[in-house]
Amino acid sequence: MKEFIHYIFLTLQEFFTKEGFLKAMKRLANWRLLFMFAVMSLLTGCGENYLSALKPAGEVAQIQYDLMKLSTAIMVGVIAVVTVIFIIVVFRFRRKSDDEMPKQVEGSHTLEILWTVIPILLLLVLAVPTVAATFKLADVSPMDKKDKNGKSEALVINVRSNLYWWEFEYPDEKIVTSQDLVVPTDEKVYFTLKASDVKHSFWIPAAGGKMDTNTDNINKFWLKFDSKSAEEAENVFYGKCAELCGPSHALMDFKVKTLPRAEFDRWVKDMQNVKKPAKPETATAQQGQEVFNKSCIGCHAVTPANTTPEKARVGPNLSNFGERERVAGILEHNKDNVKKWIKDPESYKPGNKMTGKYNLTDDEIDAVSEYLMGLKVQE
Amino acid sequence: MSTYAQKKGFGATIWDYMTTVDHKKIAILYLIAGGIFFILGGLEAMFIRIQLAVPDNNFVSAGLYNEILTMHGTTMIFLAAMPLLFAFMNAIMPLQIGARDVAFPFLNSLGFWLFFFGGLFLNLSWFLGGAPDAGWTSYASLSLDSAGHGIDFYALGLQISGAGTLIGGINFLVTIINMRAPGMTYMRMPLFTWSTFVASALILFAFPPLTIGLFFMIFDRMFGSNFFDPAMGGNTVLWEHLFWIFGHPEVYILILPAFGIFSEIFATFSRKRLFGYSSMVFATVLIGFLGFMVWAHHMFTTGMGPIANAIFAVATMAIAVPTGIKIFNWLFTMWGGSIKFTTPMLWAVAFIPSFVAGGVTGVMLATAAADYQYHDSYFVVAHFHYVIVGGVVFALLAGTHFYWPKMFGTMLNEFLGKITFWLFLIGFHLTFFIQHFLGLMGMPRRIFTFLPDQGLETGNLISTVGAVLMAVAVIVLLINIVITSVKNERVGNDPWEDGRTLEWSIPSPPPFYNFKQLPLVRGLDAYWLEKVEGKKGMTPAEPLGDIHMPNNSILPVVMSLGLFIAAFGAMYRTEHAWGLPVLIGGMLITLLAMFARSVKDDHGFHIHKEDLENDDDKGGKA
Repeated sequence: MKEFIHYIFLTLQEFFTKEGFLKAMKRLANWRLLFMFAVMSLLTGCGENYLSALKPAGEVAQIQYDLMKLSTAIMVGVIAVVTVIFIIVVFRFRRKSDDEMPKQVEGSHTLEILWTVIPILLLLVLAVPTVAATFKLADVSPMDKKDKNGKSEALVINVRSNLYWWEFEYPDEKIVTSQDLVVPTDEKVYFTLKASDVKHSFWIPAAGGKMDTNTDNINKFWLKFDSKSAEEAENVFYGKCAELCGPSHALMDFKVKTLPRAEFDRWVKDMQNVKKPAKPETATAQQGQEVFNKSCIGCHAVTPANTTPEKARVGPNLSNFGERERVAGILEHNKDNVKKWIKDPESYKPGNKMTGKYNLTDDEIDAVSEYLMGLKVQE
Repeated sequence: MSTYAQKKGFGATIWDYMTTVDHKKIAILYLIAGGIFFILGGLEAMFIRIQLAVPDNNFVSAGLYNEILTMHGTTMIFLAAMPLLFAFMNAIMPLQIGARDVAFPFLNSLGFWLFFFGGLFLNLSWFLGGAPDAGWTSYASLSLDSAGHGIDFYALGLQISGAGTLIGGINFLVTIINMRAPGMTYMRMPLFTWSTFVASALILFAFPPLTIGLFFMIFDRMFGSNFFDPAMGGNTVLWEHLFWIFGHPEVYILILPAFGIFSEIFATFSRKRLFGYSSMVFATVLIGFLGFMVWAHHMFTTGMGPIANAIFAVATMAIAVPTGIKIFNWLFTMWGGSIKFTTPMLWAVAFIPSFVAGGVTGVMLATAAADYQYHDSYFVVAHFHYVIVGGVVFALLAGTHFYWPKMFGTMLNEFLGKITFWLFLIGFHLTFFIQHFLGLMGMPRRIFTFLPDQGLETGNLISTVGAVLMAVAVIVLLINIVITSVKNERVGNDPWEDGRTLEWSIPSPPPFYNFKQLPLVRGLDAYWLEKVEGKKGMTPAEPLGDIHMPNNSILPVVMSLGLFIAAFGAMYRTEHAWGLPVLIGGMLITLLAMFARSVKDDHGFHIHKEDLENDDDKGGKA
């Protein structure tokens, strides 16, 4: 990388020597270096650990970040050349008197060949790693490697996007969860992506680039989460919808919880062990469960098994609602917000599909909220 | 039906403009209509920036925000940028090639009125139940899902105005091929004419895919077909391809004429011929050609697979080469020149670093694997505003100041022009530079709000401050236009004194027949060549004779109005009993007007030699 930048500098330096502007160049060289470092430092370390693509938290994001750095370096080099010529031109060739007549030049073959060939070489330098990375990121062949039980050897998660929530199904583990994606660290996680209503796009900036969830086909890709970066982000990354999908597109957030493999296995076990909805612990919660079973269960499951068909999974699965990061993906996770959300979802997520599907009194909402907050699968 | 200059009442002036087939008046119509839509689109942009100034803002609601962002994009691309470029193409290109008008003056008028009624129809959606809300790209699954008539307004409105654009493009092509003055060979054509030529060719090939896509959309939404419904065997990705096969060349349709305007300005105010003219022409044609090979780079995250992504990535990078050639040619046009920093030249000079910044992020976006991060984030928003504002809008503002005296015979105030320039330039960079980082920091595009504590507050606030500066700059420009028009100090043929091409050899504004005698072109920068040899004007290529001119006609307005009415019928057909009759009635109006045009011979009229002699170079009043 460094040698490369150095090489560009040398080439430029030489070019300008021939043109006879060595003196001006020397003065500007320092400034140009400074400018370059300023841009590079701007690019590094912006934003929050849990959200920023500039704080890569896994192999995919790192590959992409490296490509960003390479392309930025080349491009800053180009900008530097243009800037130098630009500054010289603007200051040296101002009109001094109204009747001066510059020498008329038609062009220069040497120069024109030079600024055709050099960019081609620069682009080749960028094109090769681009193509290599594109193929690497698209390699999902381990998904198809099955063991003798017909299960993938790698972890596969089916992502299904809906107006405005996310469902995560672990097909081999036979469990379903929503809104909070749980993944193990330090291994490749493979995703299948699709949408159940309109196009969305699945994006966890810190972990890697996005991929669309289409209504026509299933897309596949992989991500990896480093345990060290995960620790820095306190084991929660932010996920976003990146394709305009309706009024609440901006609010279609999800969270990614990262766990070491052993803890992840324990979480899967815990989820698999929930055969019946968690027992309500208080009288209010008890009452809440009754209301829930009357008004809500048609859309929301409270057991994590993936036995119901997709079409019947109309709303987010709530089996481990009490352990979630946010209410509806956006509000701080407390009972008060659950109540507010159930009372008037439209004011928090305009255009959502839950509004008007039920009719509950304030007391009933309070009870349901208490019940929901108690839904936990881990001790 | 003579168009000779007379004092006319307001009504007569309106009638004159509605029926005109004169390319210079149609240019003014494009300028006014495009200008109004530009201000509308700008207001929408201001609403967007106010809403995003602080987190959790509720200046506009979620649904309304989507309507505003959709209309901002659609208006700026289809109803502001393109018509404003058409204004300059119409005003200047025929003069640059030494023609008396475009090849088909009647079609020229029809093109304008179709665009105007299409744009009007689209914007009426605000008052008739809500504007389209699926983004200017209107991706199929969302646009089919969208309730109300917003998307119908989008599809029908763009269909009508798109037909106008297509007609305009064909007209320019034929004009440049057939109407060049004696001696004006292809390789003597000014760069603005060249870029108009290539952009028109792009229009010819890029608009039909859009037309087809829009028809599919219209049929899906209004007539029960299922082109984009996967449940019925349709495919939403089909729309993405059709849209971008149009959409990518579209950005070259916008930027090439902008390049053309800048090429004229650089040469003029450096007092030097364009450096590497042939390679500039070559680069323009090559960009136009490659522009059709790269559309799928808008779809890297759609899931086309690594082979398609890699091919389109490399193809996209290739476009950087001819664009780079242009940048260096402009720089070396100025190198060794005698640069005068007029307002148009300031815009041109500022365009270089601004556009280079937009260009290099374009190459960054082309690296497919990294694009998975950039795509649909504010990085992309920053990129395309850098090329479209830093390229096209700068060119439009430069062109407005540069060609204003040629179009209206009076100069815009240079002092106010420079104030506009500095405010806009600073505001522009303030608004959009920070957005690159917002995108990389995890801000998706098209979001109506963002939550606090995600590190996005500062950047968004800076961006809004910049937008306010740009708004102030545009207000100063409007004040400038009013003051200039009131003062109305007349100028001569070559008000910038460094004019190089044919348009500066005739009065400002030119007489309605442009050239009393067609000029003889002896090389590139024809007028400059004559001036250098100490001549006052062009050498005529023909003796003074009668000039054949076309008649005015109201039929273009009637044809366009018919389609405008029919569009309402198509939209309300299933809800109201009057829908179908209105649809048929509207079509009938258009067809009858076309019939009338076909059967009634219109031979035009002649300006007699004697009248021309009496005119004696005063011109300017037509």
